[in-house]
Amino acid sequence: MNKIVEKVIFSENVTKFVVEAPEIARSRKAGHFVIIRLDESGERVPLTIAGSDPEKGTITLVVQRVGVTSAKLLEKNVGDVIKDVAGPLGTATHIAKVGTVLAAGGGVGVAPLLPIVEEFKKAGNRVLTVIAARNKNLIILEEEMRRYSDELIIMTDDGSYGQKGLVTHGMESFINKEKISEAIVIGPAIMMKYAALTTKKYGIPTQASLNTIMVDGTGMCGACRVTVGGKTKFVCVDGPEFDAHQVDFDEMLLKLNAYKTEEKEAYERYLKSKN
Amino acid sequence: MENILEYLKEERAQAWRDELRKKIKSKDRTAIVRVKMHEQDHDIRSRNNLEVNLGLKKEEAVIEAQRCLDCVTPTCIKGCPVNINIPKFVKKIEKEDFLGAAKVLKETNSLPAVCGRVCPQEKQCEQECFYTQKLKLAPVAIGYLERFAADFERESGMSSTPDVAENNGIKVASIGSGPAALAWASDMARFGYKVTVFEALHEIGGVLKYGIPEFRLPNKIVDFEIDNMKKMGIEFRTNFIVGKTMTIDDLREAGYKAFFVGSGAGLPRFMNIPGENAIGVFSANEYLTRINLMNAAKINFDTPVLSGLNVAIIGGGNTAMDSVRTAKRLGAEHAMIIYRRSEEEMPARIEEVKHAKEEGIEFLNLNNPVEYKFDKNGKVTSMILQKMVLGEPDASGRRSPVPLENSEYEIPVDTVVVAVGTSPNPLIPASVSGLKTTRWGTIVVNEDMQSSIEDIYAGGDIVRGGATVILAMGDGRTAAAAMHKNLAKKLLTK
Repeated sequence: MNKIVEKVIFSENVTKFVVEAPEIARSRKAGHFVIIRLDESGERVPLTIAGSDPEKGTITLVVQRVGVTSAKLLEKNVGDVIKDVAGPLGTATHIAKVGTVLAAGGGVGVAPLLPIVEEFKKAGNRVLTVIAARNKNLIILEEEMRRYSDELIIMTDDGSYGQKGLVTHGMESFINKEKISEAIVIGPAIMMKYAALTTKKYGIPTQASLNTIMVDGTGMCGACRVTVGGKTKFVCVDGPEFDAHQVDFDEMLLKLNAYKTEEKEAYERYLKSKN
Repeated sequence: MENILEYLKEERAQAWRDELRKKIKSKDRTAIVRVKMHEQDHDIRSRNNLEVNLGLKKEEAVIEAQRCLDCVTPTCIKGCPVNINIPKFVKKIEKEDFLGAAKVLKETNSLPAVCGRVCPQEKQCEQECFYTQKLKLAPVAIGYLERFAADFERESGMSSTPDVAENNGIKVASIGSGPAALAWASDMARFGYKVTVFEALHEIGGVLKYGIPEFRLPNKIVDFEIDNMKKMGIEFRTNFIVGKTMTIDDLREAGYKAFFVGSGAGLPRFMNIPGENAIGVFSANEYLTRINLMNAAKINFDTPVLSGLNVAIIGGGNTAMDSVRTAKRLGAEHAMIIYRRSEEEMPARIEEVKHAKEEGIEFLNLNNPVEYKFDKNGKVTSMILQKMVLGEPDASGRRSPVPLENSEYEIPVDTVVVAVGTSPNPLIPASVSGLKTTRWGTIVVNEDMQSSIEDIYAGGDIVRGGATVILAMGDGRTAAAAMHKNLAKKLLTK
């Protein structure tokens, strides 16, 4: 169970894994995530599903190095097993024919955005996509995104690829050009905050897919709670997608750092254990 | 019911029981003082995670068993949700047939070592005991004796696996692996069904694993009982979320003929007061899950937990007691219970409150939080409490707490655990169309624990909203009996 069957290194810190999980591969939809645990002493972490092959019984996960668990996962190779993979969790993206959809992905957020872009395209929408990262090396899934996008803009902070600038610049160039019916943004919390502010300015309904700390992922613990429209919501069961204009991103940004000290110490211990 | 009474009468009439009754005069039996449970010293135990209660010695158990009068009408059984033949197992202990006693327990209870530890016996069997009811004396320590027999059997290495009927090839499944589902599963396995238990988490046991702490119920005891169930042929599937990984319709297609939903009280309740989403404010579910299931407090485990020096637990139930005593064990200088009523109304077991007090837990009764304050990083730093007074009795029959005007004051806290109850997990109700639920989200069932959908039964907290391990187990047994009857009628008579 949960054997890694393919590993593609996108960059030093970002890797794609294709993992055997036949039941999840059959039942998952765009927007769903899984909770994984690497081994007996591991923690439970959520990862959005970037794709699946129901026939082969595999799901695709794109992982970025952020702490001990992701670092350990990046060391895994084809043939290795992930002890626990549970899902698909969360509420699937609501896909409909709405007209023109603006999809914006930042960093590793491009991976979970891919199946959503694919579904919106298949539902008959015109899809305009912006993918953004700090530099050229961190731009992922460009080819796949291009396949399902009517137009694609690439933005890099340092201008090493595509246009120089932030994701919001790319979004605005689409917005200024044509009428957008709906937007979806996925990426680091800070990126989603500013992407949401941008679309709000133009009155474009926008969904953001949130990536908070979780434990069980089924609504039991409440570690993932966020404030949306003044109300407390659980990302794992009420989300992960919410009306981006209602999300309290500032609170979420603080909460993502809840274990910053512990995580730093754990990471140092991990590096030491490797030497 | 007639049959049960008949059966109990026959059992009581057996020669060995008669002989035991004659051995000691009732007057001498009632003169024996109730045994005291051995406990770890409170100064030591509040700094470790080992079990607080240490169990009875053989001689003590035998003497305690002698207190039981082996009544003609054993009212104690009435108080037991899983109908353990209490006099029979107690008399087996008196006869020093401890393995025999364990066997009696397992006739109706798949988790005796668990129940002997966490059941509120004082409100159940022991409440109905002749000593309590008629003699106005301390009841026979049925709970301690249950634990003794189960522990003796486990430690003897001669544990018996209950007999199961010949496999009838009919597939049935539970959703969840907590006490309700485990009780259901073991009865169904005994009847001869092919049983699968689906669990969303990576461990089997539900609340027994993620909720109840090690110092009250060691995980190895739960695992032992689960291993026993594996020997009965029950299949366990972890990381499987029914309604997500596969739906009930998918499972029907895969050949499952009936389902038992024991998915528990999944969603933690919060109070919706300012600052409640600050860092360091946990639900009891999260706090306990991190520590009990994920081993967050142990070195070499990756899951972190924040547990500070000033820890406030909001609530007065068993979960609140488990949380506050955990906080103490993780090094809190002030581990505090904040409860809006007085000790008299506390829903926690008396034993838990007693243990908590011995361990130095501070009780701020008649206090209610109204706001949490936090620093620039979003981390909780203090809480505003409001004093309460007791007013008229409310719907629960308890005197309701009324806020005292202008009584707010502030205390420093670095960790807060909200233990004010849970709501039923909506996952199953939401994924099965036509399943009737109440406005609180619990599944509606009839007296057979059957839901509005014929092949779906339910029990435990998903039906009750929030109850005890033993009531959940009772539901599981009721559901199994009814399900068996229906399936046998439909499928086995053809």
